[in-house]
Amino acid sequence: MKADRIFGLVLMAVALGYLYSATSIQTSFLSDPVGPRVFPYLIGGFVVIGSAFLIIKPDANADWPGIGTLVQLAIALAVLLGYASAVRPFGFVIPTAIAAGVLSYQINPKPVTAVLTGVGLSVGLFVLFNMVLGLSLVGFPRSWF
Amino acid sequence: MDILSNLAMGFSIALSPWSLMLAVIGCFIGTIVGALPGLGPANGVALLIPITFSMGLDAMSALVLLTSVYYGAMYGGRISSILLNIPGDEPAMMTTLDGYPMARQGRAGEALVVSGVASFVGAFLATIGLMLLAPVLSRVAYQFGPAEYFALYLLAFCTLGGLGSNNQAKSALAALIGLGIAMIGLDKTTGMPRFTFGELHLMDGIDFLVAIVGLFAVSEVFFFIESHGKNSAIGVVLDKVTIPWKALRHTTGAMLRGTGIGFVAGILPGAGASLGSFLAYVAEKAVAKDKDSFGKGNVRGVAAPEAGNNAAAGGALIPMLTLGVPGSGTTAVLLALLLTLNITPGPLLFTERPEVVWGLIAALLIANIVLLIMNVPMVKIFVKILSVPSHILLPGVTMVAFVGIYSLTGSTFDMQLMVAFGILGYVCRKLDIPTVPIILGILLGNAMEDNLRRAMVLSNGDWTYLFSSSVSTGLWIAAIVGFLAPIFLRRFLKRPEVQPEAIGD
Repeated sequence: MKADRIFGLVLMAVALGYLYSATSIQTSFLSDPVGPRVFPYLIGGFVVIGSAFLIIKPDANADWPGIGTLVQLAIALAVLLGYASAVRPFGFVIPTAIAAGVLSYQINPKPVTAVLTGVGLSVGLFVLFNMVLGLSLVGFPRSWF
Repeated sequence: MDILSNLAMGFSIALSPWSLMLAVIGCFIGTIVGALPGLGPANGVALLIPITFSMGLDAMSALVLLTSVYYGAMYGGRISSILLNIPGDEPAMMTTLDGYPMARQGRAGEALVVSGVASFVGAFLATIGLMLLAPVLSRVAYQFGPAEYFALYLLAFCTLGGLGSNNQAKSALAALIGLGIAMIGLDKTTGMPRFTFGELHLMDGIDFLVAIVGLFAVSEVFFFIESHGKNSAIGVVLDKVTIPWKALRHTTGAMLRGTGIGFVAGILPGAGASLGSFLAYVAEKAVAKDKDSFGKGNVRGVAAPEAGNNAAAGGALIPMLTLGVPGSGTTAVLLALLLTLNITPGPLLFTERPEVVWGLIAALLIANIVLLIMNVPMVKIFVKILSVPSHILLPGVTMVAFVGIYSLTGSTFDMQLMVAFGILGYVCRKLDIPTVPIILGILLGNAMEDNLRRAMVLSNGDWTYLFSSSVSTGLWIAAIVGFLAPIFLRRFLKRPEVQPEAIGD
């Protein structure tokens, strides 16, 4: 199965869901002649047409990564999502050091360099953003104070 | 002669050593902000607004500093577009198309100098245009009604397909995905939520900055890890920078055309620098004899959008200053700055506070000259910032992307959304689906719908109103031709193109 065809099918399913969801948008009695539903209907409708084209006439396949790389990508994704969730509760410095260190290790697998990069980036960016650019990032968990 | 005496008054305000120093600092910060992926003119300027206030600067100094940052970011955006294939800011998207292939061919220095000069040409001429036409040209935008705007947006989306992708269906789908995402949030007219599924975070809609940073910067992380640094964006080396006179002569026409197109696009409210650079690129590709080489490192494909983007940045100030209508996201931030400085833009500004207008114009002219000096002979300094080893730069960029979004929205949800956009960007690039139309869809979606609905209010629901004026009819025809023409042209063009490529492989 060609990747385009899969993407077309996924997109069509999303578009149908989008159209269905659009039917339940509430209109107000004050509404204009078009209302809040018509433009989403147009978008969903054209996506259905466009994804049908993709299913009927897919392009040649791209090179997809092997299992080893997919695992690496999954690790990177987990790190980024974990980081996104950790910054608020744990402050900037510690999550940044860990996330930057792991990403650095994934690109250049030298543990010492990775640790130094992580710590250096974390402290350096914290200083830059807070002292030079005047953002007010929270550095450490609030419970530490 | 009015203009000359006004300009002399402006320079007498802006040429003080203090103002000059602020202009240099602003240009330097702006270029770095523009060059760093994920930080663009809009959040760069927004970040500096509180700082300028805490420094206790007066209105004129604050204006000089922040407009220098604004222009500087416009210049700087091209550096990472060319070297990293990551647009430093959203209008520099088009510069990646030819700038990055040039860098891969070892012509990074040429691309940087040509784009730097193109930026200067675009911005300088646009500032002169701003000076001459600010009062006059505002009337052109007045004549555009909602029907014309709707057709204009349609034209933008339809013509995107011709260059961004080899498959019209894919680029149309990309634009539609962006438009669909733009619908999320509260409907402005009725105040009813759309596609929020009861999620409070979605009520305000999806911030386009979250989408831009995710689609461009975060997707780069995945690409980078997949390729283990091979064939990757980061790691292009810039050996020496010489002035490529031949390339500059060769691109003079492209720069001037780009300036003209960008300037007009900048003036139209809601269009802005992204559309300016995009239209400049499309036009340059359309008039070029060597269309095939566009996207593969044609120097004119760097000059035209860069001139267009900077000319649009200047042009965008016209509606902002004369009507109080910002032409782009960044000028919206500048408008906020003016209002906080107790300056109300509008026709009255020119008569009541001419020193502000002309001081600003003089400051812009000075900033341009400072930026030309910084960005052509001194470009290596900025490249140094970007030529850090990839295992430091990539995590660093990622973290800056997170900090940018975090400090902008303060929300964990938005950061997770940014990662999701990163995955979308990765999948799209794998499938050869262009991501630029997604961004434009998100940026313009609400304005496009708004104009459609306002047109329908005007016509009492009569849909033929959309084609009623000659301007809108022209735009519709251009949109349809622009969408369909590449499909047919490709058939004619493909035959001779495929064979030499097959031999080359």
